[in-house]
Amino acid sequence: MKPAPFEYHAPRTIAEATGLLAELENAKILAGGQSLVPMLNFRYISVDHLIDIAKVEGLSGIAVANGKMRVGAMTRQRELEFSLDVANYCPLLTEALRYVGHRQTRNWGTIGGSLAHADPAAEQPTVCAACDAVVEIVSKRGSRRVAFKEFGVGFMTTTVQPDELIVTIEFPLWPPGHGFSFQEFERRHGDFAIAGAASLVEVGPDRTVRRASVALCGVANTPVRVGEAEDMLVGKELSAITARAAARTTNSVEPLSDVHASANYRRHLAEVLTFRSLRAAAARCGSPF
Amino acid sequence: MKREVSITVNGREYRREVEPRLTLADFLRHDLDLTGTHVGCEHGVCGACTVLVNGRSARSCLLFAVQAEGNEIATVEGLSVDGDLNALQCAFRDNHGLQCGFCTSGILMTLTELLRDNPDPTEEQVREVLTGNLCRCTGYAGIVASALDAAHHLRKESGY
Repeated sequence: MKPAPFEYHAPRTIAEATGLLAELENAKILAGGQSLVPMLNFRYISVDHLIDIAKVEGLSGIAVANGKMRVGAMTRQRELEFSLDVANYCPLLTEALRYVGHRQTRNWGTIGGSLAHADPAAEQPTVCAACDAVVEIVSKRGSRRVAFKEFGVGFMTTTVQPDELIVTIEFPLWPPGHGFSFQEFERRHGDFAIAGAASLVEVGPDRTVRRASVALCGVANTPVRVGEAEDMLVGKELSAITARAAARTTNSVEPLSDVHASANYRRHLAEVLTFRSLRAAAARCGSPF
Repeated sequence: MKREVSITVNGREYRREVEPRLTLADFLRHDLDLTGTHVGCEHGVCGACTVLVNGRSARSCLLFAVQAEGNEIATVEGLSVDGDLNALQCAFRDNHGLQCGFCTSGILMTLTELLRDNPDPTEEQVREVLTGNLCRCTGYAGIVASALDAAHHLRKESGY
């Protein structure tokens, strides 16, 4: 037994779960446990109470309606990876999930857990940033909807308060035929990314970009949207020249150096991966360059 | 406070009182004496402790026994058929798929899931799922060959 002792709770409803969160001191939500349990095993953190939400009704599933895809926070990464709805309506997420851990961890890991854990190199929060996802959070005090750009507040820290529970992640859909790509660099498959780039593009019949979204992971405390790159693409024809210029704007990011890579190397990767993701996205929406 | 759990392992139901912090890996090894499941890193990196939970591969060091309440677990002890090695295990013996054997039980469970879901995997697909299991002696070539050989035999057996 590695973790320090804790009490275990297995609520069946969202109300029970938020009730426990409101009344218990030093409690944490246990979803898939693929990040939390290693931290408990290492005793990086110790909790007095674990609230397992695996059996809470209505917390898992994928629904597409009214131009939005709503995903329950407890939905396992495996389910998202193999979901035809996700592949059809939010293919960027499908592509990003192939970089998330391994089959054995995706079988249990959840999207809500990844968002709450908020590793700066994680893929799912980066997709949420690129898609302008909205996170729905509840507590005994009520519920609130948080735009993803307000979700992360610092290194592995989110807006979610100790008495709150993430229930749904809502992805506004891009039109059919949009271009998308997720590219990352990692030492070994399944490792956390040293850096990564997600791109979404919508191109008109005249080949000019109507809308673009570029998000990076691994280069800051939270996923980063590169508004400068997006501004540079919109209204222009998607070509190698515009994509290269847009990718160059990522040089403004200020990554940290650590044992895995220097800040300069991460900045270099951000530019290269952004260019590659734009090129792949362009090819997928019929505007190859 | 201890909780009673009922967990089915390789078709047999076990009831035990466990502390919530007991991992499924330690439950299998210490409470049930099923020591075929090996414990390597205990933080979800090495894959040695891989078992199937309700048919899905899982790192048993990252699940607590209390989470597996009512679930069906398959471990390496359940693979043999009437005391004989099954097709996957035979393929490992025939293709030098193991050396020290520490990682083997986890790899066998990972591949059991793969071959059930995909009877005709490509080498790339085999290598992709194996990224979740570390082997420090054979260098994977024998393991990949074993998996593809087992898939071939199983397809022949089932007339696929």
